[in-house]
Amino acid sequence: MSVLWEVFVRPRRGLAHAHVGSLHAADAETALRNARDVYTRRSEGVSLWVVPASMITASSPDEQDSFFEPAGDKVYRHPTFYEVPDAVDQM
Amino acid sequence: MPSTRCEDGPDAGTAGAAASDRIYLLGLADDALIASHRLSEWVARAPDLEEDIALANIALDLLGQARMLLGYAGELTDPVLTEDDLAYLRPADEFRNAVLVERPNGDFAVTIVRLLLLAAYQYELYAGLRTAADARLAAIAAKSVKEVAYHRDHARLWTLRLGSGTAESRRRMETALAAEWPWFCALLGDDRADRSCRHWVAEVLGTATLELPEDRVATPSGRDGVHTPDLDAILAEMREVTAAHPGATW
Repeated sequence: MSVLWEVFVRPRRGLAHAHVGSLHAADAETALRNARDVYTRRSEGVSLWVVPASMITASSPDEQDSFFEPAGDKVYRHPTFYEVPDAVDQM
Repeated sequence: MPSTRCEDGPDAGTAGAAASDRIYLLGLADDALIASHRLSEWVARAPDLEEDIALANIALDLLGQARMLLGYAGELTDPVLTEDDLAYLRPADEFRNAVLVERPNGDFAVTIVRLLLLAAYQYELYAGLRTAADARLAAIAAKSVKEVAYHRDHARLWTLRLGSGTAESRRRMETALAAEWPWFCALLGDDRADRSCRHWVAEVLGTATLELPEDRVATPSGRDGVHTPDLDAILAEMREVTAAHPGATW
């Protein structure tokens, strides 16, 4: 019985695992190895997570308005009102 | 190839030693080259997309090993030959691969059994060669041992799954083991690496609740350049393009 797994790859140390796609596998061990072969064979990462797709609770498209739209007009939540000093290379 | 320890490295200095090292390298190289080709026959035909990619990855690892080893063996040849000369133009009776890897694919269980046996064998071989006196061979072995460790694990997982899976998967594994085991025995001697290879395989089969087949040695082993017609067939296919367009590059 093959189930669907979601795959997360950490591209390098210090970065977070990011979702890259999904695959089928009969168990977690196989899912991890399949993920290695399908998603990291071109040196895309240093760490892998696989999660059964059924374990993910996702927001519904129907809730898009109430979930996400209220954030649209709250510009003050973005740190755009600061002058970045010249001496600071990266923010 | 009586020893897997490569006691007389190319630094032995005599022409005789270079010749025997060349033969030894060809054995390693041809195992990888022919096994790679057999695995590549699964591309677009594996049980699922994920396994398709996994087998293709393993095939590519093996092809990479074959290229490094053939390149080295070619430099020890007088006059010097390239990896392509050795892969595409060498007569079949100069191939030193194990017959185990030239046998036709059959079903998925056969491929898994053969991969289990080959990877177990290569793993011990490369692990030992990491400390070979020949630095170039040691470097090739150090790179390859990581790859075959993964191949070995891939085959182990499938063996466990198929061995203790359904009655049908178990039956197929038993049939495959019975057919391939004598060709595996033909490869093994009694040195430490070979014993440890047997031990590892026996453990995996035990965990998979598969019975260890009785030892029987098939002939030829392939190491002396004597092969089955299956090698001619695989070489003919592998050489189709170079035969039609000699010297072509792309």
